[in-house]
Amino acid sequence: MKLMKTILMAGAATALATAANAQDGGGISNDAVKIGMILDMSGAYSALDGQGSVAAVEMAIEEMGGEVNGAPVELVSADHQNKADIGSNIAREWADQENVDLILGGANSGVGIALQEITSEKGVAYINNGAASNSLTNESCAPETGLHWTYDTDALSNGTAVAMVKEGNESWYFITADYTFGHNLQKTAENAVKENGGEVVGSVAAPFPTQDFSSFLLQAQGSGAQVIGLANAGTDTQNSVKQAQEFGIVQGGQKLASLLLFLTDVDALGLDAAQGLTLTTGFYWDQDEQAREWSAKFEEKTGSKPTMVQAGMYSSALQYLKAVEAAGTDDSKQVIAQLKTMPIEDAFARNGKVRADGLMEHDMFLAQVKTPDESEGKWDYYNIIRTIPGDQAFQSIEDGSCEAAKEMASGGEQSN
Amino acid sequence: MDFLGIPLPVFMGQLLIGLINGAFYAVLSLGLALIFGLLNIVNFAHGALYMVGAFVAFLLLDYVGIGYWPALILSPLIVGAFGMVIERFLLRPIADLDHLYGLLLTFGLALLLEGIFRQVYGVSGETYAIPASLQGGFNLGFMFLPTYRAWVIVAAVIVCGATWFLIEQTRLGATMRAAVENADLVRAFGVNVPLLVTLTYGLGVGLAAFAGVLAAPIYSVNPLMGSNIIIVVFAIVVIGGLGSIKGAIASGFMLGLFEGLTRVFYPEASNIIIFVVMAVVLIVRPAGLFGKAA
Repeated sequence: MKLMKTILMAGAATALATAANAQDGGGISNDAVKIGMILDMSGAYSALDGQGSVAAVEMAIEEMGGEVNGAPVELVSADHQNKADIGSNIAREWADQENVDLILGGANSGVGIALQEITSEKGVAYINNGAASNSLTNESCAPETGLHWTYDTDALSNGTAVAMVKEGNESWYFITADYTFGHNLQKTAENAVKENGGEVVGSVAAPFPTQDFSSFLLQAQGSGAQVIGLANAGTDTQNSVKQAQEFGIVQGGQKLASLLLFLTDVDALGLDAAQGLTLTTGFYWDQDEQAREWSAKFEEKTGSKPTMVQAGMYSSALQYLKAVEAAGTDDSKQVIAQLKTMPIEDAFARNGKVRADGLMEHDMFLAQVKTPDESEGKWDYYNIIRTIPGDQAFQSIEDGSCEAAKEMASGGEQSN
Repeated sequence: MDFLGIPLPVFMGQLLIGLINGAFYAVLSLGLALIFGLLNIVNFAHGALYMVGAFVAFLLLDYVGIGYWPALILSPLIVGAFGMVIERFLLRPIADLDHLYGLLLTFGLALLLEGIFRQVYGVSGETYAIPASLQGGFNLGFMFLPTYRAWVIVAAVIVCGATWFLIEQTRLGATMRAAVENADLVRAFGVNVPLLVTLTYGLGVGLAAFAGVLAAPIYSVNPLMGSNIIIVVFAIVVIGGLGSIKGAIASGFMLGLFEGLTRVFYPEASNIIIFVVMAVVLIVRPAGLFGKAA
């Protein structure tokens, strides 16, 4: 009995010592780095995000050997069901009770903006990959805790809309998903069109989600615009492209511009329907050797090639863990500050850097969907037309409305 | 020439599009009304079975190489048979309980079916090509009408007409209706009433699958296609008058038109207009447009 007590006490003492060591040396809270993913696991965006994104983050953790500075990396994920309140509740619980250090947010701008507010209030690091809305680094920015990684509405418009206007497609009509994301995307695209000498002849707001776009397409056709801009995503985009073809809109001489198109959309549409579409993407699996190599591993694990969101999830998790390693702590503000000093280069990002306003600026690609003849098989869908350097793709901090970042920048100059 | 500030050709085009969507509503609400009218079951699985119908057509093509035309017959038969199994083994045991149980059971079934297909095929959907014989279209002067969409209207009118004829004008239909009024009496005449009920459910489900096959080439075949449409179809059945065959068909086409017009005049409201109509109809005529007051 006495022996038992001694052993227990010795054990407890050792445990205490280890904990104290970890706090002094590693600076990793609760002896683990915990990553939580809040994303669409079941709805309209789950194919381009969902389980594939979880697999991508698992790959990043494996690449780090499953631990950072001796502390294990843990991963949890949850379905936000495209509802901001559900996503918010999960984030609160994770921050308050589960000691989650980093929240990775997936597609849906409505949820993405809600998560940004909560993580900022709770002091949890937050990186969004799937939401497009540029307000994450403008009016809703939280530069000390929140980053926006893969792409945003500015980059999409500056790629596709500018390229098409410059080719002489000057008059535009928009079919827009009737919520934050769609309106945001339409606005940035309209600006891009007008700044480059084009005009917008009209627009229609379609409820999200919509199955039958024929009515909206006929209105667009009736407008006589040269380009019909689709400010929507996922199954909405697929249905609009498919039905535009059915109603002879492309054959009639009007062009379609899908402002946000994912690899999975093209796969679902088939090349017959999608061929010739111009698009902007933050990542394509076949963009270079490093991307091909990583994407092959991803395909082995999941059965499909990664979308830009999934590759972005991998990149952001990997870089976050590297920053934790370098900073020697998982304190959110210190890690985010560390990320802002690091060049971001991996299988996903080219010439990446995290800016003061939280935007991860990196090269984007202008691409065109291949014809069935050009494609050599499944997933061989894009011709990369050109690379858009990060500083041209994204809006500058000065033009944006993230006041905190502007103050930081001007404060920095004064102290120099 | 303008009509209410909209060029007439555009307006005509929108009416036609509305009618095409109305065709889908009509076939779906007909099946639902049939099941409710004759079985008193609120079949929440109807949307899921419509989705299964589309997937069966897709699977037949993908794995067996069976094309659109045979699938148009086969898929309703297969899914209808599946429906009969559901009725016999799941719905019958709870037939004597409150309606609420049937509603909950079919709702659960819908979630289950949707979940299975989502697990296997994901949500981004599968492509189903328009059959070669129905590709292309006509130039009507005011719009380009794809041949396939014209076929949808024709097919829906034929199927709705045939179902109405079966229920209202044949001896089998008369027996079905009699079985609803007084099952014991009909049984006393030697009619196998339980079998009749199973067949009716199968017929309603078959209609849902038929609509699914019709929809496959124009919408992407995806696991969520049923839940997107089912609530609207329920509203249409309520507007037509619960259980009224004629009402379901007529209000299906009518509301398609109404929704089409909303998409021109106030597109933001196009996904709620049917519910606004439902509310108004329920206030003015609680039994629905074609329903008999209880």
